[in-house]
Amino acid sequence: MNVLDLSRWQFGITTVYHFLFVPITIGLGFLVAGFETAWLRTGHDRWLRLTKFYGKLFLINFALGVVTGIVQEFQFGMNWSAYSRLVGNIFGAPLAIEALLAFFLESTFLGLWIFGWDRLPPKVHNACIWIAATGTLLSAYFILTANAWMQHPVGYTYNPKTHQDDLSSFAAVLFNPAQLAGFPHVIAGCFLTAGSLVAGVALWHLMRGRAAAPAAADAADVADGADGANGAATDAADAADGGGQVTAFRSALKAGAITAIAAAVVVVATGDIQGKLFTTRYQPMKMAAAEALYHTSQPAPFSLFTIGSLNGSHAIFSLDIPRILSFLATGNFSAQVQGIDNLQQQYAQIYGPGSYIPIIPVTYWSFRAMIGAGMLAALIALVALWATRRGRVPTSRVLLAGAIALPFLPLIGNTFGWIMTEMGRQPWIVYGQMKTAAGVSANSAGEVLTSLIVFTLLYGALAVIEAGLMLKYIKAGLPSEPEPGAAAEDQPLELVY
Amino acid sequence: MHLSDLWFIAIAVLWAGYFVLEGFDFGVGILLPFLGRDDTTRRVMINTIGPVWDGNEVWLLTAGGATFAAFPAWYAAMFSAFYLPLLLVLVALIIRGVAFEYRGKRDNSNWKRGWDAAIFAGSLLPAILWGVAFGNVLRGIPLDAAHNFTGNFFTFLNPYALVGGLATLTLFTLHGALFLALKTTSDLRRRAHRAATAIAAIAVAAGCGFLAWTEASHRAAGWSGTGIASVACAALAAVALIVAALANRAGREGAAFAANATAIAAATAALFTALYPNVLPSTVSAAYSLTTANAASAAKTLMVMTVVAIIFLPLVLAYQAWTYWVFRKRVTGPAAAPAPKGH
Repeated sequence: MNVLDLSRWQFGITTVYHFLFVPITIGLGFLVAGFETAWLRTGHDRWLRLTKFYGKLFLINFALGVVTGIVQEFQFGMNWSAYSRLVGNIFGAPLAIEALLAFFLESTFLGLWIFGWDRLPPKVHNACIWIAATGTLLSAYFILTANAWMQHPVGYTYNPKTHQDDLSSFAAVLFNPAQLAGFPHVIAGCFLTAGSLVAGVALWHLMRGRAAAPAAADAADVADGADGANGAATDAADAADGGGQVTAFRSALKAGAITAIAAAVVVVATGDIQGKLFTTRYQPMKMAAAEALYHTSQPAPFSLFTIGSLNGSHAIFSLDIPRILSFLATGNFSAQVQGIDNLQQQYAQIYGPGSYIPIIPVTYWSFRAMIGAGMLAALIALVALWATRRGRVPTSRVLLAGAIALPFLPLIGNTFGWIMTEMGRQPWIVYGQMKTAAGVSANSAGEVLTSLIVFTLLYGALAVIEAGLMLKYIKAGLPSEPEPGAAAEDQPLELVY
Repeated sequence: MHLSDLWFIAIAVLWAGYFVLEGFDFGVGILLPFLGRDDTTRRVMINTIGPVWDGNEVWLLTAGGATFAAFPAWYAAMFSAFYLPLLLVLVALIIRGVAFEYRGKRDNSNWKRGWDAAIFAGSLLPAILWGVAFGNVLRGIPLDAAHNFTGNFFTFLNPYALVGGLATLTLFTLHGALFLALKTTSDLRRRAHRAATAIAAIAVAAGCGFLAWTEASHRAAGWSGTGIASVACAALAAVALIVAALANRAGREGAAFAANATAIAAATAALFTALYPNVLPSTVSAAYSLTTANAASAAKTLMVMTVVAIIFLPLVLAYQAWTYWVFRKRVTGPAAAPAPKGH
């Protein structure tokens, strides 16, 4: 493999890996902050215990999100230096601002939250995680601004003297329409991810607890109805259901599932806006590839299933629904949608000879995997909510499998979403301006192969360790002592003057 | 003054802030196997930096981002040239960062020992490599007309740069020892103090030696305004370093740490002023060197960045200072008998 392929593999592996942890961090930060606020408002122990339980899962993820993020900032310069030279004026600014505005906020206030249980007034302590969560959101805004610019470059002029893109309007970059459509889509995806994690874990605990101690669970269910109205009954039931695990996880399930379902609605709505924007205006080729639509069609059918030739140059078999693609892409059932072959001809005329077609099977199937995984997660969350209504604890084996699958599905959706949008943009690194092949550094293949192997092995090992820790803390259930205070290993022991 | 000069200063300030802050948490990590005799002591040591190390590291990310935005050609040439050293730094920062968070997540002595080793190695490597990297930036590296690096990993291993690595290693280790003396109690505090005394002599020699070598090689080309400023910064760094050593001997922990922080900041300033107006000199031809002028972004980007920095940098400094205030107390091990809180 040459430097280009190795660098692309490295970027793909490190970025997909990084983005496994990022959405959990963004969504879960807000949910944990909400749990702590609920505890401060209601004074009920279960919210504090949920804060501690999910807070731990949040921190285990956050650690990997942070350290793999450092690689992201460095590898533009390390592996994509020609790209960095061209676009630094525009692309560098959001990265620098992200560090200054967001990274400091996240790291500082999360440090205060982890170690500040005993040293900050409760409301200030709670404010710390709200601020840290806001930091993750700001961080996402700036880095997605940078990505949106690669998808749809705006607010710049090419300077032939310096061979650089000069910034002409920072507002245009910050409020790029591709960003305004993409940011809510990604963030809603983060909440779908975190909501699914919270709900999946809670449902698993509920169903497992039911199997272990059905009588106790029933006692808790009775109390659940009277929750708040009769504190004594709740406490008694808490004791009966193993220290209030059932009531607590029931609350967590509700919070997680509602978050996931609401987020899924936003994901669909913003995905639709994005799809229209990219099909009709920004990157018709990506969307044509995502639909395996080879010939410009009016009206265009929506492809349910396509088998392409081995080199992806044409369709062999396709199951279509007439007119639906026209509607999805434009809002009009009889509108024209441009096809791959026609777009290729146009681009060859504009940009010169060469292929402007992304790898069609990858784009087509990752698009469907994204939608399928995301929607299945929302469906499971909906079923979970229904099956646990009014104190019910489901026993279905299928739903138990669903509970276990639920946290993973949005991760699959996020991953394929990025694969679709990044690989669908090829051959461009900056759409319409610079090809990926022209952006790579002049390093030797040996160097890049070394870093690719090192990162892959290191990331693999860390994934095993991370998953082990997640499982350990998920299985352990809620902490038994609901006292506010730093976790034992984070306790700075004793502090003296 | 051009905006590009202002951003050269801003990047120097970010690196100085990074070295002053992460310098002591690197030092604590390096001293972990030497001063942390048992698990409790190691926990105390890690807890002195627990709430702040991540915020300290953001200074590096901000310096990197600022270089990308303000000097794209510098960022591109430097990060691709220092490919393998930066890979080592990244691996070190990854295992170290994960170690801080995961170490206490299992109650298993092998698990903890493994992460302790990661904290040590992850602190040691960057503490050396940053000095080696800065030495090479100051000395210049083989860059061709397109500003692409034409050397290899061994190009970086020259005596001057290795002295730079020794200087940062000893300065950061001293910084960590002085920080531990300031932040811990009883036996650990005494041993940190003794460690500082032992390292101080080497740090003074290596730090002053590296600065003297830097100034001597840059003044060979003649004197300039920034040249004088660089010598002044280097002299200040040397004096502050000696003051830190003396204050440590006198048991003045706060003064010693402050003086060493001053020494690190002044030394960073000396290096950047010596480098100016170059940002990455080429040893092939002076015409191929990257300078603040030919590597800078256009005025519009620099102006946007300036406005953002003026608004948000004071805010960042304020809340980072607040964290240090919240965690200002000394950290100590659990008392023999369960002690009442708040004494």
